[in-house]
Amino acid sequence: MTPMDDKQKPILVVEDLNVHYDTGKGPAKAVNDVSFSLRPGERLGLIGESGSGKTTMATALMRLTRAPGRIVGGSVLLDGRDILKMSDRELRETRLRDIALIPQGAMSSLNPVMRLEEQMIDAIVAHNPNMRRAELEARVAELLKNVGLAPEVARRYPHELSGGMKQRAAMAIATSLAPKVIVADEPTSALDVVVQRQVMQTLGRLQGGLGAAVVLIGHDMGLIAQFADTVGVMYAGKIVEIGPVRQMIENPRHPYTKLLVESLPGIEVKRELTGIPGLPPPLVDLPPGCSFNPRCPFAFDRCVRETPLLQEVAPGQRAACHLYPAHATLPPLPAMTRAHQEARL
Amino acid sequence: MSALIEMQGVTKSYGSFTALDNVTLSLSGTSPSMTAVAGESGSGKTTLARMMLGFINPSIGHVLYRGKDVAKMSGTEQRQFRREVQPVFQDPFDVFNPFYRIDHVLETPVKRYKLADTQAGARAMIEDALKRVGLRPQDTLGRFPHELSGGQRQRVMVARAVLLRPKLIVADEPVSMVDASLRATILDELKTLNRELGISIVYITHDLTTAFQICDNIMILYRGTVSEAGSVERVIGAPKHPYSQLLVSSIPLPDLDKTWGSDEVPVSEASAARANPGCKFAPRCPHVMEMCWDNVPPKYVPDSQRLATCFLYRDAPVAPGDDVAVVFRPPDGPVAVAAS
Repeated sequence: MTPMDDKQKPILVVEDLNVHYDTGKGPAKAVNDVSFSLRPGERLGLIGESGSGKTTMATALMRLTRAPGRIVGGSVLLDGRDILKMSDRELRETRLRDIALIPQGAMSSLNPVMRLEEQMIDAIVAHNPNMRRAELEARVAELLKNVGLAPEVARRYPHELSGGMKQRAAMAIATSLAPKVIVADEPTSALDVVVQRQVMQTLGRLQGGLGAAVVLIGHDMGLIAQFADTVGVMYAGKIVEIGPVRQMIENPRHPYTKLLVESLPGIEVKRELTGIPGLPPPLVDLPPGCSFNPRCPFAFDRCVRETPLLQEVAPGQRAACHLYPAHATLPPLPAMTRAHQEARL
Repeated sequence: MSALIEMQGVTKSYGSFTALDNVTLSLSGTSPSMTAVAGESGSGKTTLARMMLGFINPSIGHVLYRGKDVAKMSGTEQRQFRREVQPVFQDPFDVFNPFYRIDHVLETPVKRYKLADTQAGARAMIEDALKRVGLRPQDTLGRFPHELSGGQRQRVMVARAVLLRPKLIVADEPVSMVDASLRATILDELKTLNRELGISIVYITHDLTTAFQICDNIMILYRGTVSEAGSVERVIGAPKHPYSQLLVSSIPLPDLDKTWGSDEVPVSEASAARANPGCKFAPRCPHVMEMCWDNVPPKYVPDSQRLATCFLYRDAPVAPGDDVAVVFRPPDGPVAVAAS
């Protein structure tokens, strides 16, 4: 992990970002007033269930949102410049060079009819039109080496690579211009544990070498815990809690974070498996007040009336929950009986 | 004591590729068990599941259900086998026909096996099965597949299996496509079915954490061969085979005191592709010895309730016979806790 300096100027500042999907039933607020910032070298893990808005967030950071999705407000300041206000040309120059995406299922993001080398060269040439072929080839070999792939791999087509190799190839492309921010959207979701570990360690090493900040998007708290310095938890389009990884796992303040941590079984003691009862709300029809209130074991009347805002609950840790500031920490979870769980399904 | 299901020296090859190599495993018919089969992609775990379900036949060896060879069953026997051994698949999206309501997938087995005499009886059975997997019948029946979440659809598939009161459910990665927060609930339901209805469960997975939580015993496959097997407390709690050790140490635990550390796992694809006649893990093994390249390690039993096919344990006794299950612990029996 990179030591962090709190006074360092942030490299990425996201403010009040809103992304909507237009549907027949009105806008689905997939990213709803999200703000966070990232220092150089920082590793932020954004965790959430399916439909919590995490992939929408990743694409919006790159301004890759496509219809029916729309970025309706907010700003994404990369080193002080708003990505959402850039001209098309500025945007083209910025992507990959300053901010790069490792997409979900990178296996399918590679062009199946192009050798890996050509795809990698394409990306580099777009930003360095004067680079000579020999230089480009040397650069490709170096990039492949950085992700633990042999130089011969450059001559292969994507279908000749295993899942882990394709994922590393996508990582080599994403880091080819030494970006300042890397957005990785579930980069290991289809991989086996050992390959997952290799890929994440490769990402960590690359990121450390470049001093780049990383936004890692995922749904596996274990994976995020292994990688991130800071963890943000998304629920129904909002960040409901964010803070240093250790505090988030050992002392989560938001009931949803607590339930997410609890739902992960360990390999030390066998215990009753606890899921989170119920389902996330439909984004076109959010419940009034806090979106988590229908599933929250602590919900009280204020939670259905008023949407909680993120507030500081501990040094560096903020949670959007009405239990605070009245409570110092999260009270013990009320025991959930099976009947109770069924009633909430 | 006859076995519920028995794989006898089963090998499955596709051309020159051996997906599963000489596996012998018998699961008891007297006490309902929960057994995990784990390994990475290409380890042969799905091939094993498909043979247990009678979808494919072994190239060599036999799969026996209650003593009868699945490949040679009569029509009546096969019908009974198809009813008593039920699958739950990985993908809760692909298995539904989007044009039919959820009811269809539940009514079909009731009709096919004439489980109920009346419409009302059928309805009551379906409702009971849904409740057993934590679904509310009034919110589920009458809906189309796209109106349910992945987790709910997977529960419907479990409910469909439960309707038939099977003796064995073979669940192939049943929760890998379901959100982490819902996985625990679905697995807990499988465990409840095992306890309350006496259904044995074979849980095929690459997730050792959930295998540890719900299963009694586990068999770890590597490239079609058994690398380690035994009680989950032994095999996952304190793995002995270098491959199991690699798997267990790669689990991303939400525990900051148990991190992967900074040692990068050597990248494996290129070297692992080299075929050698001995231990298949040799090209990736950090402890590889000269003897590993050309000799296949037998099943050593380094301590109770566990076997490991690895020459590191060559001083230990060799397991009697081929059956991996000789080291399994009884589902409710005493657990030999590994000394750490």
